[in-house]
Amino acid sequence: MSEPLLVVDDLHVTFKIHGGRAVRAVDGVSFAVRAGETVGIVGESGSGKSVTALAILGLLPSRGVTTSGSILLNGQQLLGASEHDMQDVRGRRAAMVFQDPMTSLNPVLTIGRQLTETITRHLGVKRDAARDRAAELLDRVGIPEPRQRLKNYPHQLSGGMRQRVMIAIALASDPALIIADEPTTALDVTIQAQVLELLREVVRESNTALVMITHDLGVIAGICESVNVMYSGRIVESNERHHLFASPRHHYTRGLLASVPRLDGAQGRLVPIPGSPSDVIAWSEGCAFAPRCPAVSDACRGQAPELVSSPEGGTLRCVQPAPVGMPVWSGR
Amino acid sequence: MLQVRNLQVHFPIKKGLVFDRTVGAVRAVDGVDLTIPRSTTLGLVGESGCGKSTVGKAILRLVPLTAGTVTFDNLELSALQNEELRKARRHVQMIFQDPYASLNPRQNVESIITEPIRTHQLRTGAAVHQRVNELLDSVGLPRGAASRYPHEFSGGQRQRIGIARALAAEPDLIIADEPVSALDVSIQAQVINLLADLQEQLGLTYLLISHDLAVVRHISDTVAVMYLGAIVETAPAETLYTNPQHPYTLALLSAVPVPDPVVEDSRHRMVLQGDLPSPANPPSGCRFHTRCAYAQRRCEQERPVLRDLEPGHQVACHFAEEIAVSISATRGGDVVL
Repeated sequence: MSEPLLVVDDLHVTFKIHGGRAVRAVDGVSFAVRAGETVGIVGESGSGKSVTALAILGLLPSRGVTTSGSILLNGQQLLGASEHDMQDVRGRRAAMVFQDPMTSLNPVLTIGRQLTETITRHLGVKRDAARDRAAELLDRVGIPEPRQRLKNYPHQLSGGMRQRVMIAIALASDPALIIADEPTTALDVTIQAQVLELLREVVRESNTALVMITHDLGVIAGICESVNVMYSGRIVESNERHHLFASPRHHYTRGLLASVPRLDGAQGRLVPIPGSPSDVIAWSEGCAFAPRCPAVSDACRGQAPELVSSPEGGTLRCVQPAPVGMPVWSGR
Repeated sequence: MLQVRNLQVHFPIKKGLVFDRTVGAVRAVDGVDLTIPRSTTLGLVGESGCGKSTVGKAILRLVPLTAGTVTFDNLELSALQNEELRKARRHVQMIFQDPYASLNPRQNVESIITEPIRTHQLRTGAAVHQRVNELLDSVGLPRGAASRYPHEFSGGQRQRIGIARALAAEPDLIIADEPVSALDVSIQAQVINLLADLQEQLGLTYLLISHDLAVVRHISDTVAVMYLGAIVETAPAETLYTNPQHPYTLALLSAVPVPDPVVEDSRHRMVLQGDLPSPANPPSGCRFHTRCAYAQRRCEQERPVLRDLEPGHQVACHFAEEIAVSISATRGGDVVL
């Protein structure tokens, strides 16, 4: 196997909030992504998945934020790199696709201007050449009549089109790594299918590494090779996707799978996870999921469970996990 | 039982500063028929802009109707005015998508829930307070919640407050517009189960408006699929999901991700090209023909009407039978996955 392109090791991000208190948004996250591989990060609101993404690209505000750990992109340390170096990394070697294509495009500049800006900045080509390249990119992401579209403003495009433009901007300098943060959440299902197909194609054709951040287990199942499940700032389970879905062992992963209705089968009553994602205890006092866990016991409190590799593959942070080979779904 | 016949809602497009000319209309809803028997759930699905929310609002008369009738238990809602309409609305209540925006931040929970009770004079004196406690119990909130304000609650709990407010009017029909879309995955199931329990206990009738086909399958007895202001297919839930006939329904179903890699790897994807056309300038003939892989000349010229395939299963497509045959020939048995 090739060397990983991106290695995140023991990443911590702490926000200082009012009154001197601190929130550990990301609390010791490690994962690696190889070229041509798609890795998923799944979690609910507040799990720290988006903050992880922002930290990788150095997009967190400098005030009130403390980070530690290591983020290596092709051997280069990104954590603590200068803003000048990060500007070179962003756009040229790593790019990000955000959830909301309306707020992440500049409403007063044309699509063409926003695309050529990225191209001239990173590839150092002349304006005419940049325009040609911009049209090529729009064509590649499946936008009809790309030359006319370059003159459009974001409000003249539909949501799906805008997300394609965002992907085109991300692809502008042929980055080795793309981080997509809920790229299809704001889109309709048929448009979501188009955008996911496009991302699959990009990974296949350009051997790009893709980090897919989402709350949607269906999207994860369809596009990611391996999956990290996050809860309250930490990875609680990670595995190759077939293993994870066939044999989920952490009770949070199992709870998530049992609580989503499925398209392909009438199921009885849904089994919700009790409580809400905000009912957590600090990891220093035990497992953060303990207040909502159906299998909680005394062993879960007092100290945090470690993330350990299981002999069957994958890693797991749970003192009494479900046995191996017990799918939540026993087939249709 | 709710009956909607030929419902049309057109929003005028105005132009000009001095002379307020009407230059066209957005045909948000353009001839919709629905029937929901008592104590059952109809799921109305479609993508954004298809007019599904407008149907919900039109039933409650929150938007003016261009044409059509809405009848609920012999009461013709579409013909009522002023005071009569206000009284009738007690029987039909709405649950909104955004639990953050649909509750007044300056009212405490008790005040939010008692408002419908006082408006419709359902209880007086101490009975009001008693009723608030009952309602909080039935939606699974602690009684202590009554004196607190919306910002003190999480999204799922706020949705429960919204449901308690809807129940306070003692309605027969509840229109739920994307009731779980804004909630975290693990919380959605709690609210879905609550809605199912309340239906069982109180015999409520639901119109569930949603873009989430998996949620709709789980909770609905009948499902209607909308595209650009009109219903393209309606059938009992089980039938619609196992034997869909309209090419749009097929595409919609094949686009929904399933949380199972085995299914995801083996299923047939029918990726639709392009976006939803504008309802201000809908395509001629069948409105889906611009994105349909099976479109023929007749589809451009003649608008298909909803026709019966079998009892309870209606589809608006000229070539539904032929398409179904050709699909099952290429894929074998399973049409959806």
